[in-house]
Amino acid sequence: MVAQNIFFYAIAAVMVFSAIRVVTCKNVVHAAMYLVLVLAGVAAQYILLASEFLAATQVLVYIGAIVVLVLFGVMLTRAKLGEDVNLTNDYWYVGAFTAVILFVLLATSLLDHYGDEPLDQANAETQLANNTEQVADALFSAYVVPFQAVSVLLLVALVGAIALARRD
Amino acid sequence: MDDLMLNQFLLLSAILFSVGVYGVLAKRNAVVVLMSIELILNAVNINLIAFGAHNGTIVGSVFALFVIAVAAAEVGVGLAIVLLIYRNRKSVDLDEVAQMRG
Amino acid sequence: MFGAAAAGAVEPGFLLENAYVVPLVMAASFALTLAVGKRLGKHASWIGLVSIGFCFLFAVGVNVQWYGYVHDSEHAAESHADEDGDHGEESGDEAEDETSAADVDGSVGEEGALVVPAADTVGPMVDGESASARAPPVVTAEEGEGGYADYTIEPITKSVTWWTNGTVQFEVGMLLDGMAVMMLFVVTLISLLVHVFSTDYVAGDRRYTHYFAFLSLFSAAMLGFVMSQNTLQLITLWELVGVCSFALIGHWWEEKPNSDAALKAFLTNRVGDVGLLVGVIILFFAAGQTFDIIEINTLANAGDITHTALLVSSLCLLAAVMSKSGQFILHTWLPDAMAGPTPVSALIHAATMVVAGVYMVARMYGVFWNGLVIGGSSINALAVVGGITVLGGAGLAFVQSDIKKVLAYSTVSQLGYMVMALGVGAWTAALFHLFTHAFFKAGLFLGSGSVAHAVHSFDMKKDMGGMKQFMPKTFWTFIICTAALIGIFPFAGFWSKDEILAGASQLGGDGSYTAFLVVGSLGALMTAAYMTRCIYLTFFGEFRGGHHGLDSAGAEDHPIEDVLESDDSGHPVHADQVVVSHGDDLEAAHDPHAGEHGDPHESGPRILVPLYILAGLAVVAGFANIPNSGALSWWPESLALVFEHLFEPRGAYFPSLTEAGPTGAVFAHPKFDIAIALSSTLLGVLGIGLAYAWYFKGMGPHGITRRNRLARAGHTFLVNKYYFDHLYTGVIAGGVKGPVARAANWFNKHILDGIVDGAGKGAVTSGRFVYDTIDQKLVDGAVNGSGYAAEGGGQVFRTMQTGKVQQYGAILFAATVVLAGVFIVVI
Repeated sequence: MVAQNIFFYAIAAVMVFSAIRVVTCKNVVHAAMYLVLVLAGVAAQYILLASEFLAATQVLVYIGAIVVLVLFGVMLTRAKLGEDVNLTNDYWYVGAFTAVILFVLLATSLLDHYGDEPLDQANAETQLANNTEQVADALFSAYVVPFQAVSVLLLVALVGAIALARRD
Repeated sequence: MDDLMLNQFLLLSAILFSVGVYGVLAKRNAVVVLMSIELILNAVNINLIAFGAHNGTIVGSVFALFVIAVAAAEVGVGLAIVLLIYRNRKSVDLDEVAQMRG
Repeated sequence: MFGAAAAGAVEPGFLLENAYVVPLVMAASFALTLAVGKRLGKHASWIGLVSIGFCFLFAVGVNVQWYGYVHDSEHAAESHADEDGDHGEESGDEAEDETSAADVDGSVGEEGALVVPAADTVGPMVDGESASARAPPVVTAEEGEGGYADYTIEPITKSVTWWTNGTVQFEVGMLLDGMAVMMLFVVTLISLLVHVFSTDYVAGDRRYTHYFAFLSLFSAAMLGFVMSQNTLQLITLWELVGVCSFALIGHWWEEKPNSDAALKAFLTNRVGDVGLLVGVIILFFAAGQTFDIIEINTLANAGDITHTALLVSSLCLLAAVMSKSGQFILHTWLPDAMAGPTPVSALIHAATMVVAGVYMVARMYGVFWNGLVIGGSSINALAVVGGITVLGGAGLAFVQSDIKKVLAYSTVSQLGYMVMALGVGAWTAALFHLFTHAFFKAGLFLGSGSVAHAVHSFDMKKDMGGMKQFMPKTFWTFIICTAALIGIFPFAGFWSKDEILAGASQLGGDGSYTAFLVVGSLGALMTAAYMTRCIYLTFFGEFRGGHHGLDSAGAEDHPIEDVLESDDSGHPVHADQVVVSHGDDLEAAHDPHAGEHGDPHESGPRILVPLYILAGLAVVAGFANIPNSGALSWWPESLALVFEHLFEPRGAYFPSLTEAGPTGAVFAHPKFDIAIALSSTLLGVLGIGLAYAWYFKGMGPHGITRRNRLARAGHTFLVNKYYFDHLYTGVIAGGVKGPVARAANWFNKHILDGIVDGAGKGAVTSGRFVYDTIDQKLVDGAVNGSGYAAEGGGQVFRTMQTGKVQQYGAILFAATVVLAGVFIVVI
C-alpha cells in the first residue's frame, strides 16, 4: 500500500509541523489555526485507519465546535487587538526537557517493543466493514452506561460553563 | 515497507503527545495551554484507534469517542474559567497567577 | 731521757704522744671566748691567755721530751749499729750529721764516736766553693767502717680515719717530728706574747672579744697545721689560717681600706691555693692514692714517683708558697695586711702564718728535693723566686713612710731568704732562719706597736722622730731586734743568715747557686740600710708628732692607763702611707686628759715585757745552731748545731745525708765559712754606715729624685710597688672584668631579655593570631557561614516557590519523566 504510506507520511508531516507551530507561534490566533490543521490531520489518519465515523465526529466536534470555542475565548481574552505578548514563560526549558525525555522514552520503548510490526490489515478489514454500525452497536449495548454518563457530563459541563461565565 | 506499520501511528502519537506536553508546561497563555491539552488528547486518540485497528476491536473507537466528548466538555469549562480569570485580572498570562508565591 | 729503746723502737714521751691536745685546747678556747666572752667584757682575754699559756707550757714540755726522744733514737740506732753493721742502713737511708757537715773529727753525734769521714770529703767544702757535697764520701767510709750508727728519728704519728670512700681513706691525724716540735714552741711563744701585748694594745676595742677569739682560732689552726699528718689536713688548716688572717686584718672593717686589705689578702692567697690543690691532687695520684705526708715523701725519695709528677706538683705547690709566704709575684697582699692591729701583724704576718708556706715546703721536702732537683747543678724555681723576693722586698722597704710597711717588706724579703735557702738545699738554714726571724721580727713589730700606741700613728715621717728620748726601752729592744735582723755578730740573725749564704755558696753542683750568694749579700746590705733609715726616722731627730689629723680636741697622747679605764671605741686605722686619725678622736673625747698636749710616754709593762723577752731571744736564739766547722771547729761538739741535731728530720721521708736519691744528689749541710761570715757582717756594717751618712749626717745627694729624672723614675717605680697592684687590679682583673661584665650585660640584654621579650611578643602575636585568624575567621566564619548557608539555602529554595502552578507541574512532570527514564533504561 504505497499510497497509504505516502498519504500517511504527508499528512503526518503536516501534523507534526502544525503541532510544533501551535506551541511556538507568537500569535494565539495563528496557533488556533495551526491547531485546526492538526485536528484535520488527525481526522485524515482516522480514515487511514478505517474509522470514518470517528473521522467525521472529529471534524464536527473538534474543528467545528472546539476550535470555534477556543477562538471565541481568544477573542474575548485579548487585552488589545493584535498585540503580541511573549507566550513562552521563563521556565520553558523544564518543559522542553520533559518533552524531549518523554519522547525519547516513548520512542525507544515503542521501537523496542513493536519494531517493524505491520498494521494488521485483516483486522483493519474487519474494522472497515462498517465503522459507524459497529460503533453504534457497541455504544448502545456494551457501553451504554458510559454513554449516558458522558451525556450527563456534557450537560454538567454546559451548565457549569454557563454558570461560570455568566456576568452578574 | 509496503504496509502501514503500527509504529508509524504510535510514533506520530508520541510526537504529538510530547509537543503537547511542552505546550502545557511552557506556554504562558492559558488558551494556548488548553490548545496543547487538545493536542495531547488527540495524540491519545490516535493511539487508541491505531491499537483498535491493529487488534480488530471496536473498543478503541468507542473509547476515542468518549475522549472526544470529554475533551469538548473540558474545553468548555476550561474556557469559562479562563474568561473568569480574564475578567478578574484583565490578562490571561499564567505567569501572573502567582498568588501562592512563597 | 725517758727510757731506752727496746729493739729499735723508741718510746716517745707522754706529751709527745698527746701533742694533738694543743690545737684542740686553742680551738676550745676559741669556742669558749665566742660563747661567753661578751659577758666577761674586759676579762674575755683571760680565756685566751690561760689557754695559750697552757699550750706554751705544753709545748715546752714537748720540746723537752723531744730532746729525750732524739737522744733515745740515737741510742737505739747506736746499739743496733754496734750489734749489726747493716742495721743503720736498714733502719733508714739517713746518714749522720757528719757527712753533710763534713766536720773533720768527732762531730758525730753526742752519743758516740762514729765514723770519721775521709779527709777528701772535707777539703773542698772548707774552701767555700761548691763542693761535691753530693759525692758520697761517707758511704764509702760507712761501708768501710762498718760499725757506724746511722739513726732515724721516727716521727710520732697518730691518725683516725674520718671516712672511707672505696679504697681511699680520709684521715685526721697528728705528725710530730722535729720541725713540728720546733714550730709548736715558736707559735705558742709568739702567740702568748701577742696575747699579753694585745690586752694592752686593743684594750677598749669595739670588738675585744672577737679579736681574742680569732687569736685563739688562729693559734689552733696554725698549731694544727704544723702537726698535719696528711695533705688534706694541711690544705684545710692552711685555708683556716687564711680565714683567720682575713678576719683579723679586717678587724676594723668599718673603714673601707681595712676590709679591702682583708679581701686582698684572702683573694691573693686564694690564687695561690689553686696551686696547692692541684699539687696535692697530683701527688695523691702519683703516690698511689694516698694523702699521707710521710708516705708521699718516702715514695718521692725512693724514686717511686715519676720525676715529672714531682716537678709539676712542686711548681704548683710553689704557687701556693708564693701567695701565702708573700713571695714575688703574689706578695702584694702582705703590706696591705698591715691594716690590721699590730699584734696581729706581729703574730700572723711576721712570725707564723706567712711562714706556713716555708713550712709546707720544708714538710714536703722530699717532693721538692726530687722534683726540682735541688741538689743538682741547675738553678731551680724555688731559689729563683726566693732570690727575687729578697731583693724586691728590700727595695720597696726604702720608700715607705709607714713603719709597719717597712717591717712588712722586710718580712717579705726575709721570707725570700727562707725560700731561697730551701731552694739551694739548705733546709736547716731555712728553718733556723724561720726560728730566729720569728723572734726578732715579732719584736720589731711589737716595738713599732709600742711606738704607735704612744703617738697614735704609724707614719714615721709625719708623726714620729726623736722617739728615743720618750721611749728608751722600746728604743733599745728595737735596736737589738734590728741588729739581729741585719745580721750583726753575735745576734741571732747573723747565724741564720750566714748559714743561708754559706749554703748558697757551697751547695748545689758546680757553684750553680753562687748567684744566690750575691743576692743574699746584696739583700743584707739593703736590709741594713733601710732598717737604719727606719730607726732614724722613728727614733732620732726632731719629734714631729703632736698634731692630729681631724679633731683638734685630741690630746697628743695620754697615758696608757687611761685608755684601759675608758671604754673607747676605736683604734687608729692604718691605711697605706696616710696618717688617718682615728677613732682616736673618740678616744680623746672620752679621755680625761683630752686637751692636754703631752709628749709620748713609754708604754706599760704588758707591752714592754714581751718586747724584752723577744729582744732577749733575738740575742741568744742564734746560739742554737752554732756550727763547729771551718773557723769554728773549736766549738764544742755538744753545743754545736743543736738546732739541726734536734729538729732536722731523719727518716725515709727526708732526703738522705748519705745516699744519693733518684736525682743523684745527696742532701748536705753547709759548713761555716769565715769569709762569708766576715763579708756579710761587713756588708751589714756598710749598709748601716751608708744609711747613717745619708740620714744622720745628711750627706750624699739629697733631693736627687727632684733633680734627676732617672732617679725620680726609679723612686716612682718603687713607690708604686713595681706597679704590681696596678697590674693585678687594673690590667688583669680590669681586663677580665670589663669584657666579662660587658659580655654578661650583652647576654642579659639580648639573650635573656630577648627570651623574655620573645616570650612576651610571642604570646601577644599568638594571641592576636588566634583572635584574628581562628576566632574571627574560623569560628565566627563558621558561625556566620552556617547562617549564610541557611539564608542562601533558603533563598535558593525560595525561588522555587513561585506560586505558579504551571511551574510546579513542569517540575513535577520533569521529575516523573526522569524517573520513568530511570525505570525504563535501568530496569
